[in-house]
Amino acid sequence: MAELTLPKNSKVQKGRHFPAKGAKNIRVFKVYRWNPDEPSNPRTDTYEVDMDSCGPMVLDALIKIKNEIDPTLTFRRSCREGICGSCAMNIDGTNTLACTKAIEDCRGKEVPIYPLPHMPVVKDLVPDLTHFYAQYASIRPWLRTQSAPPARERLQSKEDRAKLDGLYECILCACCSTSCPSYWWNGERYLGPAILLQAYRWIIDSRDEDTGTRLDELEDPFKLYRCHTIMNCTRTCPKGLNPAKAIGEIKKLMLQRRGA
Amino acid sequence: MSAYKIQEHKYDVVVVGAGGAGLRATFGLAQKGLKTACLSKVFPTRSHTVAAQGGISAALGNMGEDDWRFHFYDTIKGSDWLGDQDAIEYMCREAIPAIIELEHYGVPFSRTEDGRIYQRPFGGMTTHYGKGTAQRTCAAADRTGHAILHTLYQQSLAHSAEFFIEFFALDLIMDEEGACRGVLALEMATGELHLFRAHGVVLATGGYGRAYFSATSAHTCTGDGGGMALRAGLPLQDMEFVQFHPTGIYGAGCLITEGVRGEGGILRNANGERFMERYAPNAKDLASRDVVSRSMTIEIREGRGVGPKKDHIHLDLTHLNPADIHEKLPGIAETAKIFAGVDVTKQPIPVLPTVHYNMGGLQTNYHGEVVTLKDGNPDHVVPGLYAIGEAACVSVHGANRLGSNSLLDLVVFGRAVANRCAETIKPSAPHKQLPASVCDRSLANLDRLRHATGGTPTAEIRDNMQRTMQNNAAVFRTGETLQEGVQKIREVFSSFEDVRVSDRSLIWNSDLIETLELQNLLGQAVATMVSAENRKESRGAHAREDYPERDDVNWHKHTLCWVDEKGNTRIDYRPVHMYTLTKDVDVVPPKPRTY
Repeated sequence: MAELTLPKNSKVQKGRHFPAKGAKNIRVFKVYRWNPDEPSNPRTDTYEVDMDSCGPMVLDALIKIKNEIDPTLTFRRSCREGICGSCAMNIDGTNTLACTKAIEDCRGKEVPIYPLPHMPVVKDLVPDLTHFYAQYASIRPWLRTQSAPPARERLQSKEDRAKLDGLYECILCACCSTSCPSYWWNGERYLGPAILLQAYRWIIDSRDEDTGTRLDELEDPFKLYRCHTIMNCTRTCPKGLNPAKAIGEIKKLMLQRRGA
Repeated sequence: MSAYKIQEHKYDVVVVGAGGAGLRATFGLAQKGLKTACLSKVFPTRSHTVAAQGGISAALGNMGEDDWRFHFYDTIKGSDWLGDQDAIEYMCREAIPAIIELEHYGVPFSRTEDGRIYQRPFGGMTTHYGKGTAQRTCAAADRTGHAILHTLYQQSLAHSAEFFIEFFALDLIMDEEGACRGVLALEMATGELHLFRAHGVVLATGGYGRAYFSATSAHTCTGDGGGMALRAGLPLQDMEFVQFHPTGIYGAGCLITEGVRGEGGILRNANGERFMERYAPNAKDLASRDVVSRSMTIEIREGRGVGPKKDHIHLDLTHLNPADIHEKLPGIAETAKIFAGVDVTKQPIPVLPTVHYNMGGLQTNYHGEVVTLKDGNPDHVVPGLYAIGEAACVSVHGANRLGSNSLLDLVVFGRAVANRCAETIKPSAPHKQLPASVCDRSLANLDRLRHATGGTPTAEIRDNMQRTMQNNAAVFRTGETLQEGVQKIREVFSSFEDVRVSDRSLIWNSDLIETLELQNLLGQAVATMVSAENRKESRGAHAREDYPERDDVNWHKHTLCWVDEKGNTRIDYRPVHMYTLTKDVDVVPPKPRTY
């Protein structure tokens, strides 16, 4: 029978509370914690952060917590300007990048922070993205050509280059894929919005000469067609891209070549 | 130290780091049939190459006349004559095929009307040896680093390169003859140790920008290769030369590309004046970065800064066509909105010179082989050790790097090191026996830090280091601030004895990793401050108010700085290579540097 509640050892429990003594301007962050080294269940720890000495972004708050309150809090981060995709997590109910999410744009008095949903958790806010990366590699995401390259650059018109806009900017943060109910359900076989957007980036590149094979490889009940146009992907993308549209374009190309 | 179990791997070559240089080397080595592993503490597309914006230089001549010899001259002048001219010749000549190769790999470069790669003007890039403005910087809008890094990762996948992701390199394995024989690494997901034995170890670990408080650099830019090299007893070269990018966002420190000025953006002071006309009458806002950063600092000092505290400068794009901004500078429009709350079509961006790039690093020749001063030979090759990218000091950037020369440096020398390894390393050659104790020192260090119960948390020592560097080794320096800086940074270095690590877990212990990173940063912070105090002249990014002139008689030489475990330093020198590789181009002798 389907199990509709979390198993016992996964139930999230109430964790520790770290008050900010003497601070006047406080924001509260409730952060998911789990360490596989410890036998206990996951918990949410509550951190009060003094906003008078904190930067504007959620990542600033997490770093302040790690530096000053609890050095064991674990999360990925690198560029802190929304280009590397390391600090993707679920903040205030939405998948986004901690570094570009302003604290003042979070709705509740308490800001809940969880790892990207439906991924195996390595520790705290660090998800295991191995499968996501393997799916990326599976579409063979590189320029594939038969003709010998010219001595100089391949020419590409401005119009053809513009077709890559809204696609090549993807930072592989996995916010979109992990927001997709269809990916939650069939993530082993459905490629998910991020990887399909990347697939379309090569399908539509005027320099690529392997479009037929690329489409053949996606012609599969799971890889592509598990997209049910729920549109969470587009809604959540921290870079403002539209994976749902890219998937729609692939589906259109599939129909076109069937002569429909 | 037998308590730690170590998994052993054997490769022909191991690359540490998966940014632009590391990836280009990795698939180049794989292509050449060498069994290659690439270790990275972050997934490759998270590396800081991803944040490069404006572009990559090459004299393609797509937008007007150009010649790689002009690029050669500009790079030497930009370096304030501290660059090695053989290496600069190699880089500027190889630039053209390197960019064509990138395009063939699929980099989504912006295009000209006739479908060629789009090129924009950049600081210090001229035609006819300073006479005209070159359009030499090849761009993918203002996301060129992102476009290139992702493409290089894709090529690595195409070549089935082997990656060890979220592996943190702890130390180089050196034998008693001073040869590098591998690297010891910590697998972050499990806490397990791995010894990678190899005939060549390529350090592509990037810069150490996070030694400073305010940097455009990512949190992960902690110069781990430089830290490992110092612990292995090797010196680092030209560490006093730290580039301040003129336009980091005020407060946040995020980069705003020089390409903004390349596309017509203007720096203005509190009076709305385009002050760069006074400092660089010809190049104006497109003078090289050291010149612009100093000019901005003078404007602020003399009371012409903007804002309530008069402590920053405006970068004005409001006169540019919004359609051009949308096409050519979409990324910085987004960044300015998020981090400064500014609509760039209507308001200027508040900016400040911000630490951006380390010209210094591991001294190498133009093949990427690490060299050191040994028995009077300044070009003694350290067997088995290579360095490329920002971790290295080839030196193609000398005392000041030109914008868009660093992405170029990555791909040119990433490729060069792969070629060199293919020439000198035989695939699957047997590995010599290593003494059982070879990892002991590194393990002892790891063990001490894992259980460190001192009184000062990592973050506090890091903060002290960053503030000391920011205050005492800034855009302008004096003997007094540097002497004080040396004393202070030595104190911070010593305080690491008292470090406290709180996370005792072995799984993804980022408290421990940050502590190991801090250890790497501290050695380089000391080297930077000591080398800066030592160099009594002004050259490129090293501007001393007590020695305002360049002194070619006494200081036309590279600094080498050794830092031992206790933080004791030793300084020596290497000559600048004042020769070229071929007769195609003449050595450029030093002359006054004006823009």
